[in-house]
Amino acid sequence: METTGNILFSGVGGQGILLASEITALGLLGAGFDVKKSEVHGMAQRGGSVTAQLRYGKKVYSPLIEPGCADIQVAFEMMEAVRYLPYLHKGSKVVVNTQRILPPAVATGKAVYPEGLVEQLTERGIEVVPVDAFDIALSVGEVRTANVVLVGAMAAFMPVDGAIFEEAIRTRVPERFLEVNLKAYRAGRDQSK
Amino acid sequence: MTQIRENAFWMSGNEALALGAVEAGVKVASGYPGTPSTEIMENLSTYEGVYTEWAPNEKVGLEVAIGASFAGARALATMKHVGVNVAADPLFTASYTGVCGGLVLVSADDPEMHSSQNEQDNRNYAFAAKLPMLEPSDPSDAKEFLKIAYALSEELDTPVMLRITTRVSHVKGVVYKGETVSGNPACGITKVPEKMVMLPALARGRRVYVEERMKKCRELAETADFNVVEPGDTKRGFITSGVAYLYVKEAFPEATVLKLGMCWPLPEKKIREFAASVDELYVVEELDPFLETHIKAMGIDCHGKDLIPNQGELNTAIVRESIEGKKKADLFAPVPLPMRPPNMCAGCPHRGIFFNLSKLGVFVSGDIGCYTLAFLPPLSAMDSCVCMGASISIAHGMAKALGADGHNKVVSVIGDSTFMHTGVNSLMNTVYNNSGATTIILDNSITAMTGQQQNPASGRSIKGEHAHGIDIEGLCRAIGVKHVFVVNPHDVPETKKVLKEAIALEEPSVVISKAPCVLLPEMKERKPVSYFTNQENCVGCMACIRLGCPAISWTAFGEGEAEAKGFKAKQKGVSKIDEILCNDCGQCASLCKFNAITRKEEK
Ligand SMILES: Cc1ncc(C[n+]2csc(CCOP(=O)(O)OP(=O)(O)O)c2C)c(N)n1
Repeated sequence: METTGNILFSGVGGQGILLASEITALGLLGAGFDVKKSEVHGMAQRGGSVTAQLRYGKKVYSPLIEPGCADIQVAFEMMEAVRYLPYLHKGSKVVVNTQRILPPAVATGKAVYPEGLVEQLTERGIEVVPVDAFDIALSVGEVRTANVVLVGAMAAFMPVDGAIFEEAIRTRVPERFLEVNLKAYRAGRDQSK
Repeated sequence: MTQIRENAFWMSGNEALALGAVEAGVKVASGYPGTPSTEIMENLSTYEGVYTEWAPNEKVGLEVAIGASFAGARALATMKHVGVNVAADPLFTASYTGVCGGLVLVSADDPEMHSSQNEQDNRNYAFAAKLPMLEPSDPSDAKEFLKIAYALSEELDTPVMLRITTRVSHVKGVVYKGETVSGNPACGITKVPEKMVMLPALARGRRVYVEERMKKCRELAETADFNVVEPGDTKRGFITSGVAYLYVKEAFPEATVLKLGMCWPLPEKKIREFAASVDELYVVEELDPFLETHIKAMGIDCHGKDLIPNQGELNTAIVRESIEGKKKADLFAPVPLPMRPPNMCAGCPHRGIFFNLSKLGVFVSGDIGCYTLAFLPPLSAMDSCVCMGASISIAHGMAKALGADGHNKVVSVIGDSTFMHTGVNSLMNTVYNNSGATTIILDNSITAMTGQQQNPASGRSIKGEHAHGIDIEGLCRAIGVKHVFVVNPHDVPETKKVLKEAIALEEPSVVISKAPCVLLPEMKERKPVSYFTNQENCVGCMACIRLGCPAISWTAFGEGEAEAKGFKAKQKGVSKIDEILCNDCGQCASLCKFNAITRKEEK
């Protein structure tokens, strides 16, 4: 791979973005890429908007994605799919969890949750894959695997064999949660087919 | 960290520094948490053979490391950038004493202020304290540079600073495990007063040594392989260090680069030669024109902050566009969306205090911790926040300025860890110089903001083992506070009564809000019962909504909806508790006067 691939993860603190980006990174490393990943800890984790940025290629220097250069965005929440629009470009692929998490201003009745979010993306030529990750995770038997469902849905767009992410899940997830996470991953993958 | 191949590991810069410390044979490490430095100590504490601790503050942490170095051990102190301000006193004189065992201070700076109150550039400390400073660009550099720092420290008899930034600390990359240094000398007591007793006559001697040492260090910097010229196109040449190097490599991959692994002192000859070899010289660095100022002082002409911003983080696009002068035209503009700021957790004990303070009409002198989030709506209950420990002294100063009736207009609010850090000194002053400003200590039994670290009042060590926990109430009384109240902040009306009583007092008073952080493992393991709303009883008064709890949300009624659903016609909506998010604190129930909120088992 000559150019560097850029994946942006966005969502709400506490949704499991770090694990999802970690599995993605380990998969890509397993496929022989150089990878760098940037996270923000601290203040951002108390239910605020969070991102993780992942870059992979032959040799990666910068850990940060340039605006307009994210090839794939994995959004864990509807509004967080649109918040980072300046990072996307025409043709970017966005895997979006259709869940809505109300920010404080909305929960307290001071603002309304915006409608037509998916259209905001599609009308700019961005390809959107909506995934009801919460429901799928529930159906495989563990709501906390919604993040892995999204990794599965994302994997379909990657230039590598999907099995490498299963390998990454094996490395990263404790034995007793392994089966359910693999199920979640495969169910997510089926969404993008 | 995760192993990916033989000897190759995937890890963050902070994990790499912990591994580097182990490979360098560090024996004693002390630090105070602070983003983005915290995980260095957390990771180091999981290794055998190295003593680690959380100090109450950064000054103490550095002094512990100095002591260990005096006893011959390789020692480490870690802190965030503003922590170095607290540790600056021992730092400037340790520069004179030098070391016995190698001594390194890691300063983790936070350009862009992801989690900080300012974005000071700590390279200035290396200049001001006359110390060598290394600056890695990524996790792999971080580990190697820490090992180099120890060798330098012992060779030059100097503490060494290692500066990282958020994009080194919290970036993950591939790092190779290396050899563990063997043959570090054994520890013991050696009395060398001319080095260790810094009274004027002896300090003057060491002052001379400091200059000799920095001269030696400058010479060494000329040939050291951490300052490297990467050959390339010489039309534009770049001098850079730290993460800025990475952005230069991506923005101008063809160009020649002088990467300075040591950003102080500078290799003047090397810089001159490099400058002479290129048509145009650019200095690319985050924040202050540090390299630029010193390079210009050598009489070398260069571009720097005339083009590149001196605020916030850089990235590849900023570096490319500042230098080439053109912007990418076709970026999507952001779409306006409701903000999603961080919030106190559902069930957070701090909320009960700030909900009350928002109604008491006092000036709230705040401090730094999770509770700083009380500044945000709907609580909007913090009126100032400067630095750790400042809340109490600022309230005292305000009360003195306001005069006789100042005591019931100002309160200070401070967390347990922050009180241990520097707040206790301020409380001594409040008592000693007698002001009636009330101090509220939010004791959630942990240092929460930075991700749950133990502290001197929490009763556990960095490894989670039992430790003496300081009795905050007893400490306040020992200082001389006569009026100490302890409240359960989840009982909102009762807390209000106590706060009013304390604020009315003319003598110094302390209110300790005592309830554990909901993120503590023991709180997570307990099976919380959730509260729920009996919506038929809800009158839409919004008392619970005003708590700003993430588990409570408001549903507004449309035209005629209230009546259709059997509510009074003018009712505007109802509130609802999300039972999955609810953490069983009961603050909302203690506020509801209409029996609309019930604990699950009570129905
Ligand atoms: C000098 C300095 N050191 C460290 C920090 C980082 N920091 C911010 S808040 C905080 C701890 C807060 O703990 P506590 O006072 O117990 O409040 P909590 O977050 O638990 O509510 C720390 C370590 C800082 N801002 N300044």
